[in-house]
Amino acid sequence: MSKSTTLTFALMDAPFENARTTTAMRLIDIAARRGYNVNVFAYEGAVYLPFARQAAHPNAVHGHDVDEENHPLPKDWVSALMRATRQNGGEFNWINCGLCVDERGADEAVEGVRRGTPADFWKFAVESDNTLVIATQ
Amino acid sequence: MNNYVFIESRDPSEAADVHDCFNLARQLASDGDQVTIFLVQNGVLRARTGAASEMLDPLIDAGVTLIADDFSVRERGIGPDQLRAGVAASPLEAVIDGMAAGATTVWN
Amino acid sequence: MKALQIIKTAYRATIEEQDDTIVWFTHAMKGAGAELDVLLKGNAVNYAVTAQNAAGLEFGDWQQTQPPRLARDIGGLIGKDVSVYAVDEDVAERGLDGAELVDGVKRIPRADIAALVGDYDQVWQW
Repeated sequence: MSKSTTLTFALMDAPFENARTTTAMRLIDIAARRGYNVNVFAYEGAVYLPFARQAAHPNAVHGHDVDEENHPLPKDWVSALMRATRQNGGEFNWINCGLCVDERGADEAVEGVRRGTPADFWKFAVESDNTLVIATQ
Repeated sequence: MNNYVFIESRDPSEAADVHDCFNLARQLASDGDQVTIFLVQNGVLRARTGAASEMLDPLIDAGVTLIADDFSVRERGIGPDQLRAGVAASPLEAVIDGMAAGATTVWN
Repeated sequence: MKALQIIKTAYRATIEEQDDTIVWFTHAMKGAGAELDVLLKGNAVNYAVTAQNAAGLEFGDWQQTQPPRLARDIGGLIGKDVSVYAVDEDVAERGLDGAELVDGVKRIPRADIAALVGDYDQVWQW
């Protein structure tokens, strides 16, 4: 990792369930734009955040077709944050807890995501300037 | 002196342990530590002027810095002049600033 | 680096996961050499109760053969030299003063938590 500030985040929430996901992504975005190195350990439901098979849908209540609705997909957020971090000179690591992936069948993730274990989270934390755990409630 | 940032994401009506977080923050500040509570998501709701926000008074009295996420504030229709005394609006950058500065950062 | 794991959410998906996933996570990190201690607060203090028993769950012809054994897992952390604290007032509020708790769990008054967190480089709340 470069000598820039390195921050680690642990996430737990599955997508589309809680405002914590949006706030977490906002925090990571700030770090990305600053060119910090960013590590994310996705635990439990959060392994679905980069799930490659998320799909947008229309919204009849809004009167929107699928393009008009332009429904957010967290997998696109993850990819965008990866790009933003790297474009600003930082390194980005996203690790999905492997056992959490297995039990949920969430084994198709966007490019750049890899699987790991709690030991990886500890390693991230030890090598980071700071770590924030955003647990599910 | 230690530096703490607590991120409070919930309203006290949602979770009893919001009071625990506030009490710990107040105690740390009273002990001489630098303490910030960053209110985010529904945590900003009590920062609206006129809301029942007496639980914030001991924090302010103890010297805890109270900040409300400006996006969460706007999202909930709280105008810039509608935050109670003692709470300032700030971008979420303040949390990353604190983390980068080495503050012990705890999400509640 | 030394981290304090604060566990306050209790019995969230413990049947599906066959453990508390944060207690499990702590075990896994400890196994990887992490320096960690645990503070049980709120309803999570109940994890120290030795009489917990989640055995016997069935759905149709499905039977759970490995129910969570949370007291065992708490004891296991203590056996690995993880200090496990339980907030005194939370124990008392739940009527656990007279209950048999896992040996080695350290009761800590709420007023002492401020001093406790100051001993750690990281404080992670789950």
